[in-house]
Amino acid sequence: MGEVIVVTSGKGGVGKTTTTANVGTGLAKLEKKVVLIDTDIGLRNLDVVMGLENRIVYNLVDVIEGSFKINQAFIKVKGYNNFYLLPSAQTRDKTAITPEQMKKLTDQLKEEFDYVIIDCPAGIEQGFHNAIAGADRALVVTTPEVSAVRDADRIIGLLEANEIKQTHLIVNRLRMDMVKRGDMMSSEDVVEILAIPLIGVVPDDENIVISTNQGAPLVGNNTMAGKAYMNICKRVDGEEVPFLDLAGKGGLFSRLFKKN
Amino acid sequence: MSLFDFFGRNKSSGSVAKDRLKLVLVSDRAGCSPEVMEQMKNDIIAVISKYIEIDMQGLDIQIKQTQSDSDNGTVPAIFANIPIKDMRSKN
Repeated sequence: MGEVIVVTSGKGGVGKTTTTANVGTGLAKLEKKVVLIDTDIGLRNLDVVMGLENRIVYNLVDVIEGSFKINQAFIKVKGYNNFYLLPSAQTRDKTAITPEQMKKLTDQLKEEFDYVIIDCPAGIEQGFHNAIAGADRALVVTTPEVSAVRDADRIIGLLEANEIKQTHLIVNRLRMDMVKRGDMMSSEDVVEILAIPLIGVVPDDENIVISTNQGAPLVGNNTMAGKAYMNICKRVDGEEVPFLDLAGKGGLFSRLFKKN
Repeated sequence: MSLFDFFGRNKSSGSVAKDRLKLVLVSDRAGCSPEVMEQMKNDIIAVISKYIEIDMQGLDIQIKQTQSDSDNGTVPAIFANIPIKDMRSKN
């Protein structure tokens, strides 16, 4: 039996969809059976980030309403044997499905897949409750900014209240140069405040923008973000991987002088 | 640590952010706004002042996170530090 993982954050624009796409693709690269579900009804985006927007026929709401079978709505990701996207509906709203229906769907899917990864909408309303309904664990994404961390804290409280026991933190878009000069909270600061275990730190990397433009997640390639995401995937899958030295980019000379 | 910290001048914006977050999260987690905190503080002072004379300058009441006795999570708790000036005469 597989696991249902919800990727959530509270605040919008911190990188939930990018994280879902990269963690899902990375786990598929590790030869896991993976399905991604976009639960942001009305504002779907996981399809474009994955580069699959032209292949949508049916969607999550069609499946939940029972008009079509799950397999009919699956979009197979090319180059993998067992990697699919279940896209969201663009012309409906969040009340089109209920948490009970979502739980039923994810319970069914985790019989078949190793990982069911759910892209949660921003906010704490019904879309959030739909997304977490069937989740076994959560990846909470935040950036090192006061607004994002505050919202993440609220989300962590709600996840606890909904008995999702295993929550891990991803600190996204960290800028080591700013951390060094004291103008950005470090990942350690964020962990201290939120008090949940860290599963990964993703540096602010322009390659993310480039890969999103192209609709091809960069996980596993030779960029800082690509390496960071691959490490997250391995940790999600239970492997112990040391954290990347995000500061160690400037060569020996600059390292000698920048060391705390 | 930045140079500014070293000279004890302007705090870096990163540590300002951290301090502000810690404060706002305490009232978020306790589900109570700073105004409610202020009212509660005044009520506590009023009650205690009926019996003892307290040092208003040294008074400090805060909600902080503390380790829960029952399980291993953290819970919000009121911490009050109220210096006594003089015990009022008992009659």
